Amino acid sequence: MSPARAEPSFPKLEGRVTDAANIIPAGSRAELDAKLRMFEAQTGRQFVVATIPDLQGYDIADYGYQLGRAWGIGQRGQNNGILLIVAPNERRIRIEVGYGLEGDLPDAVASSIVRNDIRPRFKAGDLPGGISAGVDAVLKQLQLPPDQRAAAAARAASEEHRSARSSGPGVGTGLVILLILVFFVLPLLARSGRRGSVSGVPIIFWPGSFGGGGGGWGSGGGESSSGSDSFSGGGGDFGGGGASGDW
Amino acid sequence: MLNIRRIALVTVLAAGTAGCGVNTIPAKEEAAKAKWADVQNQYQRRADLIPNLVSSVKGAAANERGTLTAVTEARAKATQIQLTGDQLRDPEAMKRFAEAQGEVSRAILQVRQLQEAYPDLKTNENFLQLQSQLEGTENRISVARRDYNASVQDYNTTIRQFPTAITAKLFYGAKPLTPFEATTPGADQAPKVSF
Repeated sequence: MSPARAEPSFPKLEGRVTDAANIIPAGSRAELDAKLRMFEAQTGRQFVVATIPDLQGYDIADYGYQLGRAWGIGQRGQNNGILLIVAPNERRIRIEVGYGLEGDLPDAVASSIVRNDIRPRFKAGDLPGGISAGVDAVLKQLQLPPDQRAAAAARAASEEHRSARSSGPGVGTGLVILLILVFFVLPLLARSGRRGSVSGVPIIFWPGSFGGGGGGWGSGGGESSSGSDSFSGGGGDFGGGGASGDW
Repeated sequence: MLNIRRIALVTVLAAGTAGCGVNTIPAKEEAAKAKWADVQNQYQRRADLIPNLVSSVKGAAANERGTLTAVTEARAKATQIQLTGDQLRDPEAMKRFAEAQGEVSRAILQVRQLQEAYPDLKTNENFLQLQSQLEGTENRISVARRDYNASVQDYNTTIRQFPTAITAKLFYGAKPLTPFEATTPGADQAPKVSF
């Protein structure tokens, strides 16, 4: 059986436009950021533009879904994240679509956007223009009609609060076991009476597999704070939907 | 003093029992089964695209009946070979499933390569749309397979490592799950056809 696959290393998520490959001028970046921020405020969907200096030998589709998962773009549960990924050194483009948006932005449409909106401008050497056109096309496809926007944004906000509350260990299981032991084990120990009689109890279960209990110490994912300046992923998941292209 | 020792002991036992795997082992098995269901869904999705693919090509490449028949037959054969969540410990069944799907992959590739011989296909909107759908589906299949294999590895490791191995054996008689392996070299790469 092939060994566990290594993961690529990803740039740090630095905002809705993470220009790790440094190809977007500051003015464009600000403009894109404003559009993406407004989009999230209106629809709850997270759209991130990422330029990657080095795909580390991975195919962009391979890299893309892992990037989406690592950054957790989209709301947990709704999985409504999108990434527009540009790798200028490998000359590859990808629109990565979260599980939850595969119906709204099908592969065929994503492919058409890559082919018709982004690629021609990239071929002509206009990377910022291509990115901007791609963003506009995706936003057009995914923007909700005004009457649905309030409901979607409210849903996103309540997801945030829910994920913030439920992040942390599964208290239930540990508590039940603790209670059983308190009510059954303690009285038995009390009855034995003599000091030192507990030394025979095997402590072999301690402590290495703590991670097994209760199911989720570290699993409380990131909270999306769309109100403040800092941006973080909402914990959304990706399954490989979207489309790639090159130029 | 004895009180503290007792409390300490109870805490240790609580932590220990919580960590012994009594809940996580079945949870991980269910997770693996769910990932397997995803894999099957994606393969089914691919199978559903094939009739469209055949009809979009028929017009331009009418003489290639052999290639078109081959993909239709491969699809039919693969649909016969289902693998349920309960068969995930049967390496033979897994192998049959993987081989059947491998045949479909090869047959699809033949059809897609027809665009080299029949350039008309490259401007056929229907065909182009199917290309992107097929690529998307192949990609999803890859991701689903990797996720499944990761969950299998997680489960298999858990039932082998101390101390969860003890619970695995005593409570569940747990046996390892079978990962999905590529049957032909390079078969885990999504077939790429460039325009």
